[in-house]
Amino acid sequence: MSAWLTRKQERAGWAFVAPSLIAIGVFFCIPVIAALLLSLTDFDIYALADLGNLRFVGVQNYERLLTNPLFWGAMKNTGLFALLGVPLSIAVSLGAALILNARVVRWRPIWRVMFFAPYVTTLVATAVLWNYLLHTKYGVINWALSGIGLPAVDWLGQPATSIPAILMFVIWKIFGYNMLIFLAVLQTVPDDLHEAARIDGAGAWTRFRIVTLPAIAPTLLLVSIISVAGFFQLFAEPYVMTQGGPAQSTVTVLYFMYEEGFKWWNLGSASAVAFILFVCIFAVTLVQMAVARRLGADT
Amino acid sequence: MIPGTGPDRRMVLGLMAGATTSGLVGCAPDDGRTVLRFWAMGSEGTNVLQIIPEFERRHPDIRVNVQAVPWTAAHSKLLTAYAGDSLPDVSQVGNTWVSEMAAIGALSPLPAGAADLLTDQFPAVLETNRIDGRPMATPWYVDTRLLFYRRDLLERAGVGFPTTWTEWKAAMHAVKRVAGTGNYSILLPVNEFEQLLTFGLQGDEPLLADNATRGNFASPSFVAALAFYRSLFTEGLAPVASSTQISNVWTEFERGYFSFYFSGPWSIGDFRERLKPTTRWMTGGVPGPSGPGASAPGGSSLAVFASSPHQDAAWKLVRYLSDPAVQATFNGITGNLPARESAWATPRVAGDPYIAAFKGQLSRARAVPKAPEWERVVTEMQIVAERMVRGEFTPETAGAEINRRADRLLEKRRWMLDRGRAA
Repeated sequence: MSAWLTRKQERAGWAFVAPSLIAIGVFFCIPVIAALLLSLTDFDIYALADLGNLRFVGVQNYERLLTNPLFWGAMKNTGLFALLGVPLSIAVSLGAALILNARVVRWRPIWRVMFFAPYVTTLVATAVLWNYLLHTKYGVINWALSGIGLPAVDWLGQPATSIPAILMFVIWKIFGYNMLIFLAVLQTVPDDLHEAARIDGAGAWTRFRIVTLPAIAPTLLLVSIISVAGFFQLFAEPYVMTQGGPAQSTVTVLYFMYEEGFKWWNLGSASAVAFILFVCIFAVTLVQMAVARRLGADT
Repeated sequence: MIPGTGPDRRMVLGLMAGATTSGLVGCAPDDGRTVLRFWAMGSEGTNVLQIIPEFERRHPDIRVNVQAVPWTAAHSKLLTAYAGDSLPDVSQVGNTWVSEMAAIGALSPLPAGAADLLTDQFPAVLETNRIDGRPMATPWYVDTRLLFYRRDLLERAGVGFPTTWTEWKAAMHAVKRVAGTGNYSILLPVNEFEQLLTFGLQGDEPLLADNATRGNFASPSFVAALAFYRSLFTEGLAPVASSTQISNVWTEFERGYFSFYFSGPWSIGDFRERLKPTTRWMTGGVPGPSGPGASAPGGSSLAVFASSPHQDAAWKLVRYLSDPAVQATFNGITGNLPARESAWATPRVAGDPYIAAFKGQLSRARAVPKAPEWERVVTEMQIVAERMVRGEFTPETAGAEINRRADRLLEKRRWMLDRGRAA
């Protein structure tokens, strides 16, 4: 009797999760497996015309990528974007959240909307706009620079400044989202802890360090993992603003994958890039988790 | 759930369905006329609308739906459309893409009745459109690269316009002496393959061997081209710079930073508008190893796709756009050099001193190898050439290295040819 009941319950349980399992299977597992298989073939323009031209090549795509200097250049650029972009964007988001959370700020909903607005606007439209802001001759950024006596910068025309220029745009675009997450968690930090710390004579910085930071540490970890994944997948910004130039200085891994796949139509090789990117993001996330555990964050 | 969501959603879906249906109806008015979808790129995309009404007047049963496609997206859009089975009926294609589009079987070869379209054309341009002996696309407009040079500086240096590599190098040394310190004679951006490709095409040996399945970059004539290219840098005649480091070609040209510049007809307008009238310049054919040399033919062709159900109407459009009179009109609108040689006789084309040299250069043009992988091969060629300029290779080792890379890129093509799967 009870065994029958358990089995019945089990069946019901499976029935309840079946829709999402099917969805995950069809829209995630099958495409991922297909992409993995694709990365082991030389699917190219000839195979597109006739599947008979498809060959299984083993790990040749991976071997060739690892000896391709442009691929390593893309890895380096992506690493640079992530290395500079993740801490900067988190700092800006957290700063904005702290300001909005402060009791002294008035009209907070308006500020919140203003800070969040870039995140929900269309990326391409804002990228075009930033192209104007960054323009060497007519851009407002160079106008401001020359206003304080600094020389004009050819932001998107020089390999040395193209990554910082795109980073400015990306951070402006995304900081609002992380800001909302921080804002939500900041509001859960109990006021009495702050008060107690203040009575004990702690200054603003000490209170931030010993009260706020431990309380938001798990969120900080979550946000940093999401940001790393986001920065590793940077594509549309360089695509719209620089097309990977100047001198391939803004070719990211995803942009490289796009060119492999849709410019040269080497879908096999492009799939291999996707898998290498996946392994990289996975590895960085594991490192982040390990660091967090060492620092004692409650994950 | 908020009550009332259901009906709202249904209403929205209904509206969407309605919009889609009316949208489809809007696209294809049922007036019995054949609708041709025609993709055109860049300035042709915007300007071709001015000559289409005349075609529709001559062919009342056909309506042309022109879709402008930006050049930067055109190539991938065509291939994606092929993969998604949504190619237009007719499209403008860069004539270096023809071999690739033909390899995947997307193109409809020229029918016997349209053979006359191939007369009155530049042979090298025509050759680019001929795959395995069959014409697969029709040249629409042509271009090629030659030299833009500072006539005043050459005169001051006391040299005439050169025709051989030896004369050219002597002229460049003379120009460098009068151009002043910090200035050079020629601009060869190290990230552009066109200049070295031009020198390579001028040799006797083809750039790819064995039916375009193997690199032939270690041949004596290509190694000579590599050596000539490198010497321009080592002798201080060309700066080691990429095109992104030269922000304004015309200001630098005006300053005398370089006096020879490789470019095509699209630069004439820029130079005419932006250079001061006191800066005297001219166009001239590229010197070769011994006498005026070749360069690569460029431009666009018109392709009819095999998937189009309106083959007859599509070829009528190609015939109209290839008409010498129409091409001369179109040249007046866009400045494109007409593909039909007889259209060059019109006063506007014939009377332009800067265009004259292009005619000679086009008659000396030599088609590049027609392997779909060609673009990748020359990209690799230039990567190696830049390293050679920076001292990593000698011309001989660079040639061998380019061969190694080309052979790897062409491996699939060899495999396909071995099995009779490609032409």
